[in-house]
Amino acid sequence: MKQYIVAVLVRNQAGVLNRVTSMFRRRQFNIDMLTVCETESPDYSRITIRFHGDPRLKQQIIDQLYKLPIVCSIQELKPDTAVCRELLLVKVANDPSTRSDILAAVEAYEAKSVDYTRDSIVIQLTGDTGRIDAFINLMRDYKILEICRTGVVALERGSGTIRQDANS
Amino acid sequence: MLLSGSDIVVRTLIEQGCEVVFGYPGGQIINVYDSLYKYQDELRHVLTAHEQGATHAADGYARATGKVGVVIATSGPGATNLVTGIATAFLDSVPMVAITGNVPSYQIGTDSFQEIDITGITLPITKHNYFVGSVETLADTIREAFQLAMSGRPGPVLIDIPKDVQVAKCEYEPRLPVGPEPNHAAKDVRIEEAAKCINDAQRPFIYFGGGLITSRAQDELLALADKIDAPVGCSLMGISGLPTDHPRFLGMQGMHGRYASSMAMHHADCIIALGARFNDRVTGNRAKFAVNTKIVHIDVDGSELGKTVNAANGLRGDIKLTLQKLLPLIRPTKRPQWHEEVEGFRNAETHDTVPSTDMTPKNAILTLNKHLNENTPVATDVGQHQMWAAQNLFFRRSRRFLSSGGLGTMGFGMGAAIGAQTGTGEHAVLITGDGSFGMCLNELATAVTYKVPLVILILNNGVLGMVRQWQTLFFDKHYSNTILDRKTNFVRLAEAFGGQGEAVASLEELDQALSRAFAANGPYVIDCAIDKDEFVLPMLPPGGSMDDIIVKVGD
Repeated sequence: MKQYIVAVLVRNQAGVLNRVTSMFRRRQFNIDMLTVCETESPDYSRITIRFHGDPRLKQQIIDQLYKLPIVCSIQELKPDTAVCRELLLVKVANDPSTRSDILAAVEAYEAKSVDYTRDSIVIQLTGDTGRIDAFINLMRDYKILEICRTGVVALERGSGTIRQDANS
Repeated sequence: MLLSGSDIVVRTLIEQGCEVVFGYPGGQIINVYDSLYKYQDELRHVLTAHEQGATHAADGYARATGKVGVVIATSGPGATNLVTGIATAFLDSVPMVAITGNVPSYQIGTDSFQEIDITGITLPITKHNYFVGSVETLADTIREAFQLAMSGRPGPVLIDIPKDVQVAKCEYEPRLPVGPEPNHAAKDVRIEEAAKCINDAQRPFIYFGGGLITSRAQDELLALADKIDAPVGCSLMGISGLPTDHPRFLGMQGMHGRYASSMAMHHADCIIALGARFNDRVTGNRAKFAVNTKIVHIDVDGSELGKTVNAANGLRGDIKLTLQKLLPLIRPTKRPQWHEEVEGFRNAETHDTVPSTDMTPKNAILTLNKHLNENTPVATDVGQHQMWAAQNLFFRRSRRFLSSGGLGTMGFGMGAAIGAQTGTGEHAVLITGDGSFGMCLNELATAVTYKVPLVILILNNGVLGMVRQWQTLFFDKHYSNTILDRKTNFVRLAEAFGGQGEAVASLEELDQALSRAFAANGPYVIDCAIDKDEFVLPMLPPGGSMDDIIVKVGD
């Protein structure tokens, strides 16, 4: 089983996310992560999906996505040729006995504490999935109150864009 | 000119070359029906007994003519009654545009009377669907829907139009009918690889499906078959794609396929699949299917390549255009040894059947064949009769066999036959069973109203024969809910609807009844009693391989 990231450029219309996720649901393809946002053009949205499977499943997913008329372009993003980032917000208990260890970890990871109260600290971290996972793992030594992460967003390195990748 | 949304719907349908629509009126589509009244000289509307019948009729019309079938229904239950028909068309790649009314935009989302989220419901069974938010986009949406329905791999498209959009007015300018998006051949490099694969083969077999008919690639297929001296078989959806008596044609293949066709595919070292999708009913156990066989798979829908079986050579492209580029690269070869092997399969098949004059399902179909001309459309329902029809019907031209292959919809045939008759003007035939006929026999009313010349042959065994066959073979003869014993008198039923009918007990009676039926100007039911223990054979047990094929059932 391999992890894959594909970016899907779709027409920016009501219900478009539903059409894409409905295809995944209907064929029992599992989505690990998903992000959606408007693009540089208000006519298009970009959906970034991470899933796992074998190369045949990946090809089937891409082929099935291309059958949706609202899909304009699809690009597979590979970690070594793309910038892949996630944003993490984690709320940990602000306990005097562990506070300095937590703040040391924040510094080591170049994370940021974005909210600080007597009882809790909210830490913000961006990075690739491995880095986010490692930081969460580290925080498990302390008391995690709540976690929220965005799922991956990704852009190909260099000047190429998803639109030039259309129908390849 | 300034027109209301409902007028625009009808004018755009006319503009797109639509001659007939099938449907059923209701509260939220009443404006469109008012426009249909206004333009009744330019666009014919066929009122069915039930919306499901209307979708099957639009489907049958499309299958028989190759044009886009159009169905219209109201919101709520009218729309949900379309679902089975839309799904049937989707699974068999039939071009269809379904138009539904909905409650006014300002009521959407409030669960108002007869409001249903039909675009949500039909999301996985349409190529695409639209909720029309403003009258300004209405005409172009219908045009886009027509183009989408007929482009590439055809399929159904639904347009949901809230009532206020039907009422609102805007400028309408007629346009030329849209055509399908242009087709392309597969990539040259893929074609070269496929040619090598075919040239290296010793025992090639050509297997085609409904995609061949859509692509109109019969000539190219036969040119290829002649060049490489290969036998040809087809899926259920391919039937009528080639003349039944073509010397290279071995017939349908798969679970209930003809023995020779299945054996030839099993023993081939290279399968050339054209517009077919290796459905489980064709492959049986996929792990054991074509293990040492190379597959060259040509389909306009790229997602079919490698979906169920691994194709050594997957070619995404139009079949006709791709074969035209492939043919010059193919080396002409004679294969006497392979030919002999295939003839052996063919002989094993014919030796197995002793000719008789008994009223067997096979003999009933063979008797029917004598009454068909090359243009007669023959629809079926689903079950044993469907397989007997597929195995034994004789066709001379394509688009004359109408059967629900992918979804397997019992009740499909009645509407489909009406639609096919409407589209072709030919006296149509429905082969059905007493179970399937019971599902949508209300469309007899439609056939009577419109004087649809239609022969309805019911192979009546008083049981749900296909399920019963499985129960006999795999469930220790536990006949759970498959014995109908309904006491329905189909002849009097036909008469009650205003049609005609008769019951037959012998082949001779059937032959005479068919003569009367084809002379009738309207639906004519022939209730043909057959033995409930007749089996559809051969049979590949579900999940089995060719080693498990059942050709005979011991008594």
